[in-house]
Amino acid sequence: MKQRITGAEALMRSLSAEGVKTIFGYPGGSIMPVYDALYDYTRGEKKAFDHILVRHEQGATHAAEGYARVSGEVGVCIVTSGPGATNTLTGVADAMLDSTPIVVIAGQVPISALGTDFFQEVDLVGVAQPISKWSYQIRHAEDIAWAVSRAFYIARSGRPGPVVLDFLKNAQTEMVDYAPEKVGFVRSYVPYPKLEMDAVQAAADLINGAKKPLALVGQGVELGNAQEELIAFLEKADIPAGRTMLGLSALPSTHPLNVGMLGMHGNYAVNMKEQECDVLIAIGMRFSDRVTGSLKTYAKQAKVIHLDIDKSEINKNVKTTVAVVADCKESLPAITALLKKGDHKEWRESFKPLDKKERAKVIEPAIHPKEGPLLMGEVVNTVAEATQGDAVLVTDVGQNQLFATRYFRYPKHRSICTSGGLGTMGYGMPAAIGATFGAPDRTVVCFMGDGGFQMCIEELGTIMEHQAPVKMILMNNNYLGNVRQWQDMFWQRRKSFTRMMNPCYELIAQGYGIPYEAVTDRKNLAAAVAKMLATKGPYILECAILEDDDVLPMTPPGKSIDEMQLELAPPPTPPVREGRPAE
Amino acid sequence: MNSLYTILVYSENIAGVLNQITAVFTRRQVNIESLNVCASSTPGVHKYTITCYCTEEMVKILKKQIEKRIDVLQARYYTDEDIFMLESSLLKISTQTMLENPEVCRIVRHHGARIVEVNPTYSAVEKTGTTEDILELYEDLNRLGVVRQFARSGRICITRDTREYLDEYLAEREKTVES
Ligand SMILES: Cc1ncc(C[n+]2csc(CCOP(=O)(O)OP(=O)(O)O)c2C)c(N)n1
Ligand SMILES: [Mg+2]
Repeated sequence: MKQRITGAEALMRSLSAEGVKTIFGYPGGSIMPVYDALYDYTRGEKKAFDHILVRHEQGATHAAEGYARVSGEVGVCIVTSGPGATNTLTGVADAMLDSTPIVVIAGQVPISALGTDFFQEVDLVGVAQPISKWSYQIRHAEDIAWAVSRAFYIARSGRPGPVVLDFLKNAQTEMVDYAPEKVGFVRSYVPYPKLEMDAVQAAADLINGAKKPLALVGQGVELGNAQEELIAFLEKADIPAGRTMLGLSALPSTHPLNVGMLGMHGNYAVNMKEQECDVLIAIGMRFSDRVTGSLKTYAKQAKVIHLDIDKSEINKNVKTTVAVVADCKESLPAITALLKKGDHKEWRESFKPLDKKERAKVIEPAIHPKEGPLLMGEVVNTVAEATQGDAVLVTDVGQNQLFATRYFRYPKHRSICTSGGLGTMGYGMPAAIGATFGAPDRTVVCFMGDGGFQMCIEELGTIMEHQAPVKMILMNNNYLGNVRQWQDMFWQRRKSFTRMMNPCYELIAQGYGIPYEAVTDRKNLAAAVAKMLATKGPYILECAILEDDDVLPMTPPGKSIDEMQLELAPPPTPPVREGRPAE
Repeated sequence: MNSLYTILVYSENIAGVLNQITAVFTRRQVNIESLNVCASSTPGVHKYTITCYCTEEMVKILKKQIEKRIDVLQARYYTDEDIFMLESSLLKISTQTMLENPEVCRIVRHHGARIVEVNPTYSAVEKTGTTEDILELYEDLNRLGVVRQFARSGRICITRDTREYLDEYLAEREKTVES
């Protein structure tokens, strides 16, 4: 049945028809008709949504990402044109690289003003197209039902990603005979490629013949909700599996076939074994350079099976022997059905001595230090032990992220929000806000560095207003630590602008009325963490961290992954400078 | 090894697709040699004919990256043996020099070009053929110093294959939507 309503109201109905419950947004001139409609749709008898007023539009996008990541639903942002729209671009790019379904709806100047450099006009579709899955300009109210449904369909189907809708102001105020539409088909877009049985057979044959198979598990498994199918697959053929950073909770870290995290700062054994396995099975991962190191030497000895829903990932970075292009929810069981029961005990056992080496050289010193200032590793480990089981891990970017992802535990699915592909500092705090709305029954812990904490620090206001129960752990090393580590390792210890003067975070917490505690001494750490977790609502725990701790192990950039270092190479001799005393 | 590829792209008629296609080339640092955009024989479908020099590995990547764009229906690549192709060109030459030097008319005839306009100031010559044909004519005339303007179109082509892959794709998609 058609009804005559404004475009703004049509947007409300369309969002509601897509099942939207939570909107992260920030108003402004070009989106005022929508905000006016939102007034009715967020209260009283018409109430359909909760609207979370962020403090910066970048925060809205990361919050939508965090919401999407933990809930599996599409995250939604509404912002104004011009600066509001450009402020979302970092989040859009982030969501694109990390395959996160979000829909950004931005106001735009009216059609009569388009192209005239009108106040707050930006060619949003033009700038968003290369960093989004789809961008579209809604010029008239008649397009709304179709465009919004198409946007959600594209964002959530196939390999998910961000969609940007540029919503002209005239389209918001025009009257339209509105009838809901449901887009479930786009002729030019094949989100779920048809599974090819030849490829399935070829993959099964390779795996059945493998002596040293190794699986690489990516976020695709979570996006495809194929966690159970993955376990059945791995267990039947007895295949050890490493996980990418975004795939950490796709396979419970407690599972006996889990052999750790892949990548530059991942676990030692699995990195070495990628160079020794005979069949490598990549599942919903994209062979990012952070995982592969130098492609010239990466897994050259192995036959590579690549399971991915996105055919453009096949042979993009790593040459594939067998490609199975399909949703892994479908391809995994199809392959499993053809597998012989495997037993690779000896191969799996061969990881253990390497694990032991890493544990002795890296892990134990990082999580159980005996003396000196606090270390990030032990803080993460303490929080992981205290939250055993249910917590969602959110991280910012930097050393805090690498330590957090290394030492946290992931017994449950959809338990990690981190900016992998774009490495966006400032992601953590707003993503954690989104996660508290996406998974209201779970504890959300968010590890941040002193740099990243300040990159979206304004979102403390959002946290305050909604009492969003984010347990913020500020790991303060007074440095842009990750860059400092690279300067120390590869740039002759020339610490160019990585040391940073910090504010008094206690006063900041006070300003927002957020409970705060600082830990400087390791003997107080466990109690402080327990207190944080027992306190209802948001919390800031600031930990004074050793200033020049390094994340290990590490594969130096551009190096082969079997050159991963468990300890730092002796420091290079600093360049001798005339007339200057040695430091 | 780099070779010349012709990539045929078909898309829905939605604003902004051309930008998205060319961006794929820019990102992978491949120069577009020529580009022609027109409506295809299928209503509502646009056809892009793009030529570029690159490796086969790269052209496969380009194809997949182009097809990844939502509104693109299909992208396929061809070498010159796989297609019938044409380019057209127009040259503006000085009428006076043409009259003074009989060599000019001889060259025009020799290359199978047509004179489509003669007036006291200039004459216009039209030539259709392959890139090489057109460039040879241009160089021969240019050597005589008569060329005032030269314009060359992008390549257009049809495939030699007996299968129509776009039609197959559209039929397949039609079946999916019905089921
Ligand atoms: C927006 C943005 N700017 C710059 C960088 C480069 N960068 C990566 S890690 C890092 C240091 C982060 O410092 P901090 O937040 O204190 O974390 P730490 O490494 O000390 O734990 C920087 C500057 C980035 N990833 N993102
Ligand atoms: Mg820091």
